[in-house]
Amino acid sequence: MSFVFYILSAISVAGALAAVLLKNTVHCALALTVAFAGLALLFLNLDAQFAGFAQILVYIGAVAILVVFAILLTRGSETPKDGVYSRRPFLGLVIAAGVFAVLGWAILGSSKALPHETAVPTVTVLDIGNALMSRYVLPLEIVALLLTAALIGAVIVAMHEKDGAR
Amino acid sequence: MIEQADQIFVHLLHWLLGFLPVGIQGYVGVLLCVATIIVTFPALFAIAVLMERKGLGRMQNRLGPNRVGPFGLFQPVADGLKSLTKEDIVPLSADAVVHFLAPVFLVVVVFMGYAVLPMGRNMTLVSMDSGLLFYFAMGASTELSVFMAGWSSRNKYSLLGAMRAVAQMISYEVPLLMSSLAVVMMTGSLNLNKIVEAQNQYTYGLPHWYIFTPWGFAGFVLYAIAGTAETNRSPFDLPEGESELVAGYFTEYSGFKFALFFLGEYVGMLSISGLGSTLFLGGWSAPFAFLTWVPSWIWFFGKVMLSMCVFIWVRGTLPRLRQDQLMNFAWKFVLPLTLLNLMVAATWRFMPEGWLRWVVCSAILVGVYTLMARVGMRREHFGPRSYRYAE
Repeated sequence: MSFVFYILSAISVAGALAAVLLKNTVHCALALTVAFAGLALLFLNLDAQFAGFAQILVYIGAVAILVVFAILLTRGSETPKDGVYSRRPFLGLVIAAGVFAVLGWAILGSSKALPHETAVPTVTVLDIGNALMSRYVLPLEIVALLLTAALIGAVIVAMHEKDGAR
Repeated sequence: MIEQADQIFVHLLHWLLGFLPVGIQGYVGVLLCVATIIVTFPALFAIAVLMERKGLGRMQNRLGPNRVGPFGLFQPVADGLKSLTKEDIVPLSADAVVHFLAPVFLVVVVFMGYAVLPMGRNMTLVSMDSGLLFYFAMGASTELSVFMAGWSSRNKYSLLGAMRAVAQMISYEVPLLMSSLAVVMMTGSLNLNKIVEAQNQYTYGLPHWYIFTPWGFAGFVLYAIAGTAETNRSPFDLPEGESELVAGYFTEYSGFKFALFFLGEYVGMLSISGLGSTLFLGGWSAPFAFLTWVPSWIWFFGKVMLSMCVFIWVRGTLPRLRQDQLMNFAWKFVLPLTLLNLMVAATWRFMPEGWLRWVVCSAILVGVYTLMARVGMRREHFGPRSYRYAE
């Protein structure tokens, strides 16, 4: 738990809080990007280069852009008159607490799964690639299939709308 | 002596650091390298802008800048001073914070990419295990700055320009990554130093650059197309098409903020050229074995400036694409060809060395290219030209 860790955590938490609390939707999306960047830097701080850069490439380069695109193309960036906050905050709170509890349980349980890890493991990109292509090739293929299905689905949705308009 | 000239900057750094106490040498060394990058590439930017204005002038049968200094050589200095002294106007309805952050973010992210580029033998700032991934992560972040600039200006031209730019950059980022991936498959490393080392070998005095293989040549052409689109250069300069959108996403920027966008664009071009040279043109290695005595950094910067000349040449030659043409080209032509190129690279990798793999790989690439071009052209109907608006 170094000094850098605290700075990075502060950035991530501040970004996430701003994403929830700001009123303008595009500002929220940009604040979310800050939180993503903070997480990527945390990965880098843990010497996980691949995870960190993939986080930047995927989340800042693609997901954040898609989020702002979706906001602009659907509702416009103007703040609605009746406020942006939910009218049923307790339901949201319960769901958030539930998700947090599950994640916390999984993370706390992980120390039992790997009881004898004392030294910090060094994992290079080459190791990750080899593992993906040998031991984890089936999950990789399943993810690829899922993504292809999603892609085809998106194309079909777009094509259908075009026909309907005509 | 030859060794000295090759390593002159490395020796200079060590000599300078020799004056300092050991404890802070590492930090000062990094600072010095960063400062050098931040000084060198804007200097090259000034030269490139002058080259562009002179070159475009030549192509358009005019003189180009010729008032400041001999042959207009000091024009970039005058431009820089002008942009520094101009008033910085922020529109009343603009989102002030985001409007301010956009150019800053762009320049920071663009300069970060240089951290992993090998600019000469032993001249890489950070030799990272996943350097290429880092480079692309930084390149992907520029889209966000473009969006921030366009959205925060609260101007329909800016917003349209930003939407176009982001759509275009997302579309062409996929082929850019995929075409570079062929090189990674062949080298087996994401480290740019290793990629250059793999190409720095000679047979009969000729280099082992990846561009001199079928998959490498196809990959380089696709990379050049995607890189041109990624940097919003003509013929893919729709996001800032002057005739349609004033200046696209930076319409509402003036003074030094505009200069920062300008700088970001050109430094991005230099960096894309640098990566292209590193991946396909052998980085800092010499084009012939008997030329290896020329310092490595001269080759790197020479290749980068040569690519800039090609950028300028293309800008002076080709007309701008239309939005639908741009998207169709990216998704229906460039992307399938990059995927095919990955297959061809794999074939090349696993076939025994010899003339057969040259024939097979070239045949696949040329055949599919011809087929796709034929099928694509069949849908087009080229009648006599009609001018709807300019009669």
